[in-house]
Amino acid sequence: MSVKLVYRGKEHEAVPGSTLRDAVRKIGLQPETVLAVVEGKLVTDDTILREGMQVKLVAVISGGAQ
Amino acid sequence: MKCRKCGETAVINMRQHKLALCGEHYLEWLPEQVQRFIEKYEMFTHDDKILVAVSGGKDSLGLWDILTRLGYHADGLYIGLGIDGGFGYSDQSHVLAEQFAKANGLTLHAIEVEATYGATIPELAVISNRGHGKPCSVCGLSKRYIMNRAAHDGGYNVLATGHNLDDEVAVLMQNTLNWAGGYLVRQAPVLPASRPGLARKVKPLCRIYEREMAAYAIVRGIEYIYDECPHAIGSTTIGHKEILNQMEEKRPGAKLQFYLSFLQAKEQGLFALQLSEPELHACERCGQPTSAPGECSFCRMWDKVRTVKGLPERLPAAINQFAD
Repeated sequence: MSVKLVYRGKEHEAVPGSTLRDAVRKIGLQPETVLAVVEGKLVTDDTILREGMQVKLVAVISGGAQ
Repeated sequence: MKCRKCGETAVINMRQHKLALCGEHYLEWLPEQVQRFIEKYEMFTHDDKILVAVSGGKDSLGLWDILTRLGYHADGLYIGLGIDGGFGYSDQSHVLAEQFAKANGLTLHAIEVEATYGATIPELAVISNRGHGKPCSVCGLSKRYIMNRAAHDGGYNVLATGHNLDDEVAVLMQNTLNWAGGYLVRQAPVLPASRPGLARKVKPLCRIYEREMAAYAIVRGIEYIYDECPHAIGSTTIGHKEILNQMEEKRPGAKLQFYLSFLQAKEQGLFALQLSEPELHACERCGQPTSAPGECSFCRMWDKVRTVKGLPERLPAAINQFAD
């Protein structure tokens, strides 16, 4: 079991024990540009990743504001 | 991380404000901020009739939700652009806007560009041959026209859009890189209804980070269209947003500082030489204000499209649902 980060439908592995912020950086994303949802709830990026955790990363940039 | 107000687990940490909040306090804090900016920039009062441009995205739906929660008279306007992008972008956006309106007992006006004027936005871009193969410029022109026209025809004196801080600073960066004085002088939280036929345009989210709006939608449970407009992918604006986020990452608050310093510089007269506005005339065909004598660019653009498509020459005199 490891930690799974899901971004735009693609799965990425992360190391348990690291912070979410570091894990996001490791997969090449800027922490400012995503929000993280765990078990349906928004979490802050200082969250320590635990074994088996599934994190959905939501992109915050949109391009179609009216 | 703990909520600064109650010590519960925080759902968002806003490094630019040195503030972390739990869900409950975040849902209180954000509308308070929006209210503060509505008052600071004298956008509107509870006596005004507001039309909110709703795209089905997090910003516009979030704005509509916040204005309603703050007790404003705010109806929605959805413009169906006819953009598919392989996943029914416009259709999905419309469904989400309708769902939101229905769930909250709100009034949503929907104007389909194709049904009203005779072509979808992508078709319009091809036929009018504007925008170098991308529909963004005809889309912007059409939306500005239809929003203003709908506000006028529907008796709304304020038109509110969901432009957030990131949208504003991305445009500011673009205009600064081009030293586009004419655009810079017009970029503001409020564009007054300085001429007959123009609605006052306001951006109540102009100081709210895009990240904050996405968090608001998630915590509030607002279902919004997650996908970007297929034509916006790879756009200059998104490129600028990425660069600005790199700056923000290194220096929290950089985006807000850029925007506020700009507003301050403008207030101090930095763009004073650009202040003379072109004289506006009523378009000979539709009556909407235009800077060029004769017909406005919207009518001229649609003339060509309607000729190519063999449609009747005249455009609708008013947007149907507002015409009595």
